[in-house]
Amino acid sequence: MSNQRVAITEYLEIDLDAERWHCRRCNHDIGPARSNYKEGLLVHNRNPREVHRPILDESYPFTYAPDPLWCRIIEFYCPSCGTLMENEYLPPGHPLTHDIDLDIDSLKERHAGAKGKTNAAG
Amino acid sequence: MGGDQEKSIIEKFLEENVLFLGPDQEIMEDHSVVPTTPRETEALGQFADPDQINLVRHKLQTACNESFDMVEQMGAAPGAKWGDLISGVWTANGDLALASMGGVLIFSVLTQHPVKFILKYWKDDPTVGLKDGDIFMHNDARYGNIHNTDQSLVLPVFHNGELICFTGAIVHEGENGAIEPGGMPSAAESPFDEGLKMSPIKVGENYAFKRDIMTFLQNSVREPKLQLEGMKSKFFAAMRMKARVEEAIAEYGVAAVIATLRKTLTDTEAEVRRRLTCWPDGKIRTNVFADGTLRENCLIRIRCELHKKGDELIIDFRGSSPEFLNRPNNPVLASLKGMLAQEFLSFVWPDLPRNQAVFAPMTVLTDRRSALHSSADAPNAQSMMTFFPSFTAVQIAVPKYLYSSSHRATDIIAGWYNMIVTFIYGGVNQYGELVGNVCADLNGMGGAARWNRDGEHSMAPIFAPMADIGEQELIEEEVPLIKIVPHRLMQDAEGFGKFRGGHGYQQIATMKDTSMWGFMCCSIGSKFPTTYGIFGGYAPGTLPLCKVKGVNVFEIMKDKRELMRFTIPQIMNERPFPGAKYSTHHMGLQLEFAKPGELYMITQGGGGGYGDVLERDPELVSKDYLDGLISILSVNNIYRVLMDEKTGAVDYTATTAARLAERELRKARGKPYHEFVKEWETEAPPAAVPFYGSWKDRSLIYRGSPDDTCPADAIVPIMMPNPKDLRIAQLEAELDAMRGAGGARA
Repeated sequence: MSNQRVAITEYLEIDLDAERWHCRRCNHDIGPARSNYKEGLLVHNRNPREVHRPILDESYPFTYAPDPLWCRIIEFYCPSCGTLMENEYLPPGHPLTHDIDLDIDSLKERHAGAKGKTNAAG
Repeated sequence: MGGDQEKSIIEKFLEENVLFLGPDQEIMEDHSVVPTTPRETEALGQFADPDQINLVRHKLQTACNESFDMVEQMGAAPGAKWGDLISGVWTANGDLALASMGGVLIFSVLTQHPVKFILKYWKDDPTVGLKDGDIFMHNDARYGNIHNTDQSLVLPVFHNGELICFTGAIVHEGENGAIEPGGMPSAAESPFDEGLKMSPIKVGENYAFKRDIMTFLQNSVREPKLQLEGMKSKFFAAMRMKARVEEAIAEYGVAAVIATLRKTLTDTEAEVRRRLTCWPDGKIRTNVFADGTLRENCLIRIRCELHKKGDELIIDFRGSSPEFLNRPNNPVLASLKGMLAQEFLSFVWPDLPRNQAVFAPMTVLTDRRSALHSSADAPNAQSMMTFFPSFTAVQIAVPKYLYSSSHRATDIIAGWYNMIVTFIYGGVNQYGELVGNVCADLNGMGGAARWNRDGEHSMAPIFAPMADIGEQELIEEEVPLIKIVPHRLMQDAEGFGKFRGGHGYQQIATMKDTSMWGFMCCSIGSKFPTTYGIFGGYAPGTLPLCKVKGVNVFEIMKDKRELMRFTIPQIMNERPFPGAKYSTHHMGLQLEFAKPGELYMITQGGGGGYGDVLERDPELVSKDYLDGLISILSVNNIYRVLMDEKTGAVDYTATTAARLAERELRKARGKPYHEFVKEWETEAPPAAVPFYGSWKDRSLIYRGSPDDTCPADAIVPIMMPNPKDLRIAQLEAELDAMRGAGGARA
């Protein structure tokens, strides 16, 4: 891979030359680095009780499981390899969060001269 | 008389006739370090050798640590014993330059305010003054602090008549005479329900407490002997530190101490700025939802946007929930800043000196009268219920900067558990004394998963990296609170992930040998998790308060031991005690008097997970299963690992197939982003959920209903109805309906 890649999270990296987000597991091209990477992922609204099962008898009002009327888990998957890249715990209908909004020009400037290397975390 | 002259006379009159010295917002809203003074510049000119400054700094740092140990050993308050304190040295300008390495590091960024108040208002006031031998105290968070269960004490240190610095300590003392015992009243509906509120006050002269003031303070709380003992331990610790400062002056000269304190602050700020430049520039956003006020469940939005540029970090909370005027979950802005500083002091740069300059390069933006920037009219005894989740909002944002940072001092971690799950108590102990305080095992918060390993179980509180949970047997010697199960890890309560969060523990409490005893709890997160995973890792689940009333387990233990159960799920699901009443609740419990042998049960939370669950090493899954940390349901349904249930032997072929199948299922059920948003997003919060804060537009604040809004720059505070009134109204409506169904009755 000749283009310079900077790992931003466990599953996301930016190709600085092409200015594209990529999946760090399967190299899938997610989308433009100056845009919200989530726009290139698959999204699923999950009942939190599928993950956090009720530990107490469900006749009780509180069971160790989140209330699905108050809380949903929004999962973001890589469309190519199905990796769960991010999730958000949100009230039903709450706008999704554009969480990573980096200054790409500054990032390119910072990494200029270190071509070919990934970052220390990568 | 000319207009200007008239104005001048009026201004002079007003200045000389201030009717009330309330909290000074100029002091309270400014967390920057005072610019270097001419005296400090002069001292820096006289004492500039970095090696010598390092020597003096270490001497003073050792003095802070020594006095911390003194308070921890001498203090009678549970908080003092577990390290809920710091001791420190403040400059002559009032900035905290050095603090003890252990203890509650939040205090490192919010103890300067009362010292600055003393300098601004009392130093030159002929009725107060500031002189050698004076002892000052304070506990009102509106003048700087977390909440008024914490009491601070400072002494000025003079040399040849010149004010050199202040020494002192701040300690979570507990009982403070509030509407409920124990110092953290969740029932408080105004600042006047929160007990003793000391603005900075001179409590002693000539190195002795004034007996009249001491007696007043003791009369203001339920534990008068504790009040005295707490003041004495802080005082002697401050005196020891003062002696160490004087030794440093004798050995190195007065300029050495002044220069060292100033240079410590200047160097710390410069180093934080240097480290911030290693982060990528840009914005990181998070949304966190606190699910209650401790009196009722509701959703309190904490909207967080971090903007890092160069060597500065802006933390923008605008658009968050309004303040709650009759609930105690409102942080003063300075308290919020202290908690945010904790992220950097404990989790990002723990190698830096503990002082307020660590936070100087940060700017915090809030809406006035929001739940994160409350007014002096709002109670704040449980401000943690809002500033802990605010801390988490920042904590789960920071990894998105740190991952590509060219400098890191720590691992990258998910969200630490962030609630104080423990019992507050009040009543008459086995020696007939009125007591009220909090149990130390709140400190066993589950550690977050890291990018290279699992989180530790019941590790440490988010506000203190080194704190103890106390010995149950020692606690039982002092109070009649018995833990049938003090600390037992809770199955499946972790944040699942490639690396999982650490677990918290179950606590099953009861009481005996007392004429009057009550329990309180003060945590949120029963409907909506309070902390979160990162990079696909899940949050830990939610946590209830469980009660069994109408039973005396001591009678059961005598001759029906076969009925005893020692986990919360067993007790609550099997309902083993005939005739008892089993119930679950959110974890905000106001003082409730218990009968001997009744059970109150809570669970300390776990840390958030890191990464995709399908990437977790199956051998680690097997080990956790064999250790009882996770159930076979979680093994199969969360981690998609297939194994022999008896031996834990992993079937790798079946596991690989199951994980592959789950990835395909994800791709099948996931929708393209824009298609999903079109179906998902709503214009306003759901009517069925009492939601507080902005939704789509941060300038429009919802006040619990889609129909009730106010502008963010003119927030209308919230007044909540009494939950008991709501319950009565609900029961009356049910009664009316029943009467209607059965025919009208007179």
